[in-house]
Amino acid sequence: MSFKFTEENLNRIQESRKKYPTALAAVMDTLWIAQDQNGYITNEVMEEIASVLGIDKVLVLSAATFYTMYHKKPMGKHHIQVCTNVSCMLRGGYEIWKQIKEKYGIDNLGVTDDGQISIEEVECMGACGYAPMIAINEDYYEDLTKEKVEEILGTLK
Amino acid sequence: MENIRIVLPEIENIHEIETYISNGGFKAAKKAFSQTPGEIIDQVKKSGLRGRGGAAFSAGLKWSFMPKSTDKPKYLCVNGDESEPGSFKDREVFEKNPHQLIEGTLITCYAIGAKTAYIYIRGEYHKWIKLMQKALDDAYAKGFVGEKMKETFGTDFYCDIYIHKGAGAYICGEESSLMNSIEGKRGYPRVKPPFPAQNGLWGNPTTINNVETIANVPKIIENGWEWYANIGVQKHPGTILYGISGHVNKPGVYELPTGILLTELIFDVAGGVPGNKKIKMVIPGGSSMPPLRGDQLEGVRMDAESLKEAGSAIGTAGVMVMDEDTDILKVLARITKFYYHESCGQCTPCREGTGWMLKTLNRMIEGNATSRDLDLLIEVANNIEGNTICALGDAAAWPVKFTIQRFRDELEQYVKPEVELPIYNKVHSMRETTVPLGVNKR
Repeated sequence: MSFKFTEENLNRIQESRKKYPTALAAVMDTLWIAQDQNGYITNEVMEEIASVLGIDKVLVLSAATFYTMYHKKPMGKHHIQVCTNVSCMLRGGYEIWKQIKEKYGIDNLGVTDDGQISIEEVECMGACGYAPMIAINEDYYEDLTKEKVEEILGTLK
Repeated sequence: MENIRIVLPEIENIHEIETYISNGGFKAAKKAFSQTPGEIIDQVKKSGLRGRGGAAFSAGLKWSFMPKSTDKPKYLCVNGDESEPGSFKDREVFEKNPHQLIEGTLITCYAIGAKTAYIYIRGEYHKWIKLMQKALDDAYAKGFVGEKMKETFGTDFYCDIYIHKGAGAYICGEESSLMNSIEGKRGYPRVKPPFPAQNGLWGNPTTINNVETIANVPKIIENGWEWYANIGVQKHPGTILYGISGHVNKPGVYELPTGILLTELIFDVAGGVPGNKKIKMVIPGGSSMPPLRGDQLEGVRMDAESLKEAGSAIGTAGVMVMDEDTDILKVLARITKFYYHESCGQCTPCREGTGWMLKTLNRMIEGNATSRDLDLLIEVANNIEGNTICALGDAAAWPVKFTIQRFRDELEQYVKPEVELPIYNKVHSMRETTVPLGVNKR
């Protein structure tokens, strides 16, 4: 399965490239753009990134595997991230993590069969004063209770 | 209590560029550009501004390390990786006062002679990256950043500011790891020396400052260093964005002068503990800092020197409060799990030690630990501390070491008092004395 960037995304990569004196420095932005387009990072995606930026493939692999936010397998349409670090834990983060695991019947980094939902137990997201919190894709939901979580999850389509 | 706001002023819509300008925005930059870089560094030095990212190092002194005459390009990195558990202050700056951060970046670039600045923002902060990018686009459009600055400010100096988006790695808040990350590499910390001021981004002179530190700069230039030096405590002046979380009634970020009483912060500012419960533990500066026992809080002030005296550190001023019902062991195990997850894996003591400590703590939770395990934890922590390239090792070791030191009585409940020698050893030693020599020979 080959992967090609869209014209628009190629332009975004060119824009990112201008920020830095080296092509390698644009690899993180490019991985983000690739994840936007493809949903996750595959070997083909990394090969395409290497050729677009003109850098060695292993350097793309090196960055893609170090940073945890680049998905190396398909995730759900709604990727639910639950913080269980100390400040969230003190205010019920683990109860919410348990609630979400049970609701969808999947474990950490699991995806539901219909591909709609994936869940992840994450480290501190920087919302400690508004704990407990979850993030769904790019959006934060803070000051949660079990009821509020149920309500938010109910709106996911 | 003084109601002084430097970084987060109570002005409606100050995040919009028009409001920022009409409230005197970018005047400090203009004032700065009419002086020499040396004069700016001098003022920031005299103001006493100390880094807000954890080490509380003098910002002006750090800037003065940058070489004056060099052919190499110089860089500024603004550290907004903000991943320390308990810290959630920089996002307030991105959201509520981004232009002051931009103005501070301009002044800092001018002072150190940098033409390019990167604001590193953690990948999880999608929303705040967008807000910051919007602010930056507006500032570019109005000619406050980039080559148009020359016209706007009537100077020869100009600089560009870019946002670098992280992708989930706590370690990238460490300055040398942050630079590797900007270069597109794995976020591995670098061995120091050479220090960033000599050999930073792409081998060029580089300064790295925290978001909150930079956001203070315009007001120091605008109001003068004497004004700033008189706010809060003398050795650590200014205000701090205190982030309070955990068991308090009103958690959140509060901007207050340095040196306020920790108890005042918890009880008056954050509204005390729910149900008026007693406090068992407080971590005053983000999860890496040594925790304080409930009976150690009286009289402790929130500034670098006082907290050091109290046996902890200011860190990022992320205060985590835990009430009397908190399970200290579970908290410690959770903190250790974090460092185990975030260790970059370069140095053996940290990579292996964090996992070892986590396993031992989990053994305690499961009820299979012996009293030896507490000493083992301290021994492993001692062998991590000071033996790694970066401070993540220390950050993983301190909570374990100091929690055991300060909560030993409580933790002793989780361990069995003595170790019985495993039975097969005894059988083996008996055979040695009862079986005639040569019987087992083939």
